[in-house]
Amino acid sequence: MRLAEAWRVALDALRANRMRSGLTMLGMVIGVAAVVVLVALGTGTKETVEAQVEGLGSNLLIVVPGQVNFSSAPTLSRMDNSDLEAMVKVVGDRDRITASLTSGENVRAGSNTAFTTVNGVMESTPKVFLRDLGTGIYLSRTDVDTGRRVAVLGSLVAQRLFGERDAVGQQVTIAGVRFRVVGVFAPLGQSLGVDRDNEVHIPITTAQRLFGTGRVDAFAVKAPDRETIDQLGDQMLAELRRRHPDTEFSAVTQEQILGVLGDILGILTTVLAAIAGISLLVGGVGVSNIMLVSVRERTREIGLRKAVGARPRDIGLQFLLEAVLLTSVGGLAGMGLGVAASLLTAALTPVPATITWWSMALAFGVSAGVGIIFGVVPAQRAGRLDPVVALRTD
Amino acid sequence: MIEAEDVTRSYELDGVTVAALRGVSLNIRQGDYVAIIGPSGSGKSTLMHLLGALDRPTTGRLLIDGKDVTALSAPEMAKLRNETIGFVFQSFHLLPRTSAVDNVALPLVYRGLGARDRRRHAAATLERVGLGHRLGHRPNQMSGGEQQRVAIARALVTSPKVLLADEPTGNLDSATGVAVLDLLERLNTDDNVALVLVTHDRDVAARAHRQIAMRDGVIVQ
Repeated sequence: MRLAEAWRVALDALRANRMRSGLTMLGMVIGVAAVVVLVALGTGTKETVEAQVEGLGSNLLIVVPGQVNFSSAPTLSRMDNSDLEAMVKVVGDRDRITASLTSGENVRAGSNTAFTTVNGVMESTPKVFLRDLGTGIYLSRTDVDTGRRVAVLGSLVAQRLFGERDAVGQQVTIAGVRFRVVGVFAPLGQSLGVDRDNEVHIPITTAQRLFGTGRVDAFAVKAPDRETIDQLGDQMLAELRRRHPDTEFSAVTQEQILGVLGDILGILTTVLAAIAGISLLVGGVGVSNIMLVSVRERTREIGLRKAVGARPRDIGLQFLLEAVLLTSVGGLAGMGLGVAASLLTAALTPVPATITWWSMALAFGVSAGVGIIFGVVPAQRAGRLDPVVALRTD
Repeated sequence: MIEAEDVTRSYELDGVTVAALRGVSLNIRQGDYVAIIGPSGSGKSTLMHLLGALDRPTTGRLLIDGKDVTALSAPEMAKLRNETIGFVFQSFHLLPRTSAVDNVALPLVYRGLGARDRRRHAAATLERVGLGHRLGHRPNQMSGGEQQRVAIARALVTSPKVLLADEPTGNLDSATGVAVLDLLERLNTDDNVALVLVTHDRDVAARAHRQIAMRDGVIVQ
């Protein structure tokens, strides 16, 4: 029997039992749709997080005391301004390095108060990180060198304290000390769960005086190119370890952050897809069941086909194709539903969705494969039916 | 055409061996018109299954169109049925929801013929059995006599050497039954195809040129 003919016969058989075929397919539709949606949401989340990390700037290197992992507490920094000078020397360009001293503080203007992250930083910060100003100017080198009480507000802080009014030139009180606002950042949104519009930048020297410490918490460096990042990191770590013999330091690159986050989110996506895959399996069992019923119902037809010359494999092929047709049409519909549901989720909720060609190909391949795997047993049973017995059945 | 020599066929039924045929020898030659007659349980259906290559004998020798059936594989038997035998059943065994012309064309599907050739052959064969005006009708839109004529056309479409008809008039009223028998006999004469009727109806059997009476798995006459 020709393959095209076998397809036609299989299609006819499914059409003859529309309701049953439809319900059987529904299992596949839901399974495939679930795989497509969950993979789309997982991938979308991963891409968003990666974009946020990359959005910090390119070729970034963060140097902090202690080890960067989840199982140990952050190390209290023992670095100070002399370390900062040493690091500037290692990097060789003051525009490529910034330091930070961070504390959560109340910022007040008139009767409005906002609790925000106050970052003591260097004037080079916008050159290291990608950060656009909305209005005003950023901190200057003189501000840092002389410890001026000037501040650049995140857009959310400015909005909370001054509403729609222009904050530039206004006074704010940070931890009880008055500052003059020189600039307001352009809105940036969230990055890794941190609202980056809810922060205030002041000169690091001013911050040290304000918080009563000479400490520097961390350094951030923008390497000239990708190749020099690791080398630069090693040089900085070596210098810091020489200056603080018993202290641990770590240099973290964006790639490392991306690697860790990517791994976690990748596992998450895989687990979600696997859970959705179970529903595909259940759908497959349904297909198998219906095919067995179909074989039994059409025993006489099988007997007749054999009597007029169908070989066992002709009959087997017919039923196998029927199963594959059920699952792959179901798979196609599931892909459509999955894409629609993903787009709808992305449109109506903050959860991002990225539809990948591989998840579609996988879902379709698996659904066709499920048809083959779960169709084989019924098909073999049909192919092996004794024509004498089959013809006698009523 | 068909040579059976001391053919037996026994079944295992719930651990008990039942002998349906206990040694049957017969010859069917080209153009023969033979009736196999006997009460139910006499083994005539079993014999017909063997003659139609639907089944293999337990012992004995059975040649169909020169081929030893006991030595054939399932696909080879399917090919033999397709090329040599035409079956007509008491209950027609037409595919539902399928037009007359597609029902008739079914054996040609397993010959690998293209759809256009199949339809052409099937339509011509339906014309021969007087159903040229019913090509697109489905079984449930036709009378019993018409359905049996479609089944006969299906048996005939492959130009078989033997037509095996199992109670072909069993589900028809007597007038229609006679018309169906007339048709089968005309094909027997015109095409020189061997016609084997299996029946328990003595009037039907009487029309054949040769009668083989069976009882308890053996030929009694």
